[in-house]
Amino acid sequence: MAIASPINVAGEAAPQALRGPGWDGRFTVLILFLPPALLLFTLFVVLPIGEAAWYSGFNWNGFGRPTQWIGFDNYRFVLETRAFWLALRNNGLIIAVSLAIQLPLALTLALMLAEKFRGAVALRMLFFMPYILAEIATGLIFSFVYDGDYGLVASIWRFFGAEPPYLLASTDTAMLAVLIVIVWKYFGFHMMLFIAALQSLDKSLVEAARIDGATRSQTLRHVVIPLLYPTIRLSVFFAIVGSLQLFDLVMPLTRGGPADSSNTMVSFLYNNGISRMRVGYGSAIGVILFAICVTFAFTYKRWFMRDE
Amino acid sequence: MRLLGKLGFAVAACLFGANVAAADTVVKWLHIEVNPAQVKIWEEVARSYEASHPGVKVEMQFLENEAYKAKLPTILQSKDRPNIIYSWAGGVLKTQIEAGVLEDITDSVKSGGYSDTIAPAALAAFTQNGRVYGLPIALSQVGFLYNKDLMAKGHVDASKIKTWDDLLGAVKTLKAAGVTPIVVGGADKWPLHFYWTHLAVRIGGKPAFDAALKGENGGFAGETFQKSGELFKQLVDLQPFQNGFLGSKNPQAVGYFGDGKAAMILAISSFYHTQRALAADKVGLSDDKLGWFDFPVVPGGKGEPSDTLGGITGWLVTKDSPKEAVDFLKYFISKDVQARLAAGNFIVPVVKGGEAGLKSDFMKQIAANLAKSNYHQNFYDQSLGPSVGRVVNDVSAEIAGGSMSPQDAAKAIEAAYKQGN
Repeated sequence: MAIASPINVAGEAAPQALRGPGWDGRFTVLILFLPPALLLFTLFVVLPIGEAAWYSGFNWNGFGRPTQWIGFDNYRFVLETRAFWLALRNNGLIIAVSLAIQLPLALTLALMLAEKFRGAVALRMLFFMPYILAEIATGLIFSFVYDGDYGLVASIWRFFGAEPPYLLASTDTAMLAVLIVIVWKYFGFHMMLFIAALQSLDKSLVEAARIDGATRSQTLRHVVIPLLYPTIRLSVFFAIVGSLQLFDLVMPLTRGGPADSSNTMVSFLYNNGISRMRVGYGSAIGVILFAICVTFAFTYKRWFMRDE
Repeated sequence: MRLLGKLGFAVAACLFGANVAAADTVVKWLHIEVNPAQVKIWEEVARSYEASHPGVKVEMQFLENEAYKAKLPTILQSKDRPNIIYSWAGGVLKTQIEAGVLEDITDSVKSGGYSDTIAPAALAAFTQNGRVYGLPIALSQVGFLYNKDLMAKGHVDASKIKTWDDLLGAVKTLKAAGVTPIVVGGADKWPLHFYWTHLAVRIGGKPAFDAALKGENGGFAGETFQKSGELFKQLVDLQPFQNGFLGSKNPQAVGYFGDGKAAMILAISSFYHTQRALAADKVGLSDDKLGWFDFPVVPGGKGEPSDTLGGITGWLVTKDSPKEAVDFLKYFISKDVQARLAAGNFIVPVVKGGEAGLKSDFMKQIAANLAKSNYHQNFYDQSLGPSVGRVVNDVSAEIAGGSMSPQDAAKAIEAAYKQGN
């Protein structure tokens, strides 16, 4: 009874709900805080997705109310389109490149730059710079870099006396060119995540390993990197979700072309759903993309990020 | 203190000004024109209309071409929609009419004999079931612009290019002479669809197109359209285009032509003007270096040599707009203004008497071509509406890139046409 609240001291009874941490208290919290969250969630998440799912059942050009119900035909049309599978493949490629090239590169640079030496901060900023640049600007800059007539790539080729290629104009090289820009643009972001993690590492563990006679690479492999796992898992998550959503780099570079060879799911959605005013068809693509993202996010969280 | 006084005065002036503006009738006019010289004339016309019509304010708004096309359905259904919008007629216009977002302006256009001043074919493009929904502003023709110097260098007499085989021969000769025969903005796709479409116009003429719309003769998968793909492929196989043509956008390509780097460009007649602005030196090719020949005929084709492919552009009035919007449009599309725009080489006029303003021989020739054309086919990508038209653009680019056969291309269009209707 020593912990009686001042209200009780004053001789008044506390209201039922505020009395303790039991069910009653949680119920009050629920009543007070759930409705706004639920309302916002419904309004801004559930409704738009539900709407897209609803529209995907119609043959609709975006004018007035959709009236021509065609069931799952839009999904069938999407799955029958060669360009859709190309886009899906490209998203897969982006994920693969992000995981196999971008993250290892970011980790290597982070390990080098996390230590304190002259110029480390400047180098970090330099590598982080591409990430700050807007996607659309990056795309425009690289469309000039890749230009076969005036671009940087062209001058390098000419320097070696070869006929310069038009990387963005060929179905064989367009996606490769896009992938290079993606790595260039986003490795700095992951590098920063790793540096932040490295700097908050418990240094005593590293020192202990050193004292026990572990070599540099052993320390790295058995102590530092395992300690980075939570961050790596997060980075992988960002990389994959980001890859699935990629759009604004592709548009200024290739607009998904030539011949749909560099479309991503989202640029495919835009080119086919919005530009062609086939809103139902576009919605179907959107729903498929949403399903892929959600499945991935939940599976990943369940399997790899359970502890965090 | 003095500064504060000035500021206060400025604020008051702004507030007062805003009040006056709110009392006016505002006509919001959304356009996509990027040529500053032309926009300047439009501005002047708007200001002179305001001067003679107190209480009316004409507000110009701009959207870039692709953004405009993408946003249009949303814009049209918003409460705050602009009153006057740009249109290429065709399938998109039809959809808009069916959706009921446009104002029927038949009565005010017919009143006082105004509609008689406009070329009937041009007005017909904005008429459906006898009701008028917009006013045309300009016509254009697709054909080959060429660089006289480069043609001479390649020993090609452009005046002798009459048939498709002549064109193929010219391409071979030019290539042998080390001249890039043709430049095209393949990334935009629609410049490539001109080849495919114009071949269809030559091979099948109006009957083939009308039949395809009705689904007869195999629709767009029929013989005419397969053949146009095949002939297009004959050209593509000669590699006539500049290196990396699938990656260049139309403005780049037109600029490249203006820089004198390629002998020909399959152009909309307005490129005659835009090649100057888009050339690296902003001067481009002078009149004496520029030539034009009509799209070659295909032996045995059902189309007349005088048939034309091109655009019919104009302005629409959106639902529930003030009557001043129509009034301003009628003022804008009048003999004087058209003559003025024609004098700047911006348009081939649609108002009778407007052609008096045409100054250059080139534009006069285009106007004459259009006048004697009995079948003017609107660009397919506009005429067929966005869902089918863009597929025509797609397959044209795929044929040009070698990733699709002419037969599959024709089938893809027919499939889209069936799906979209």
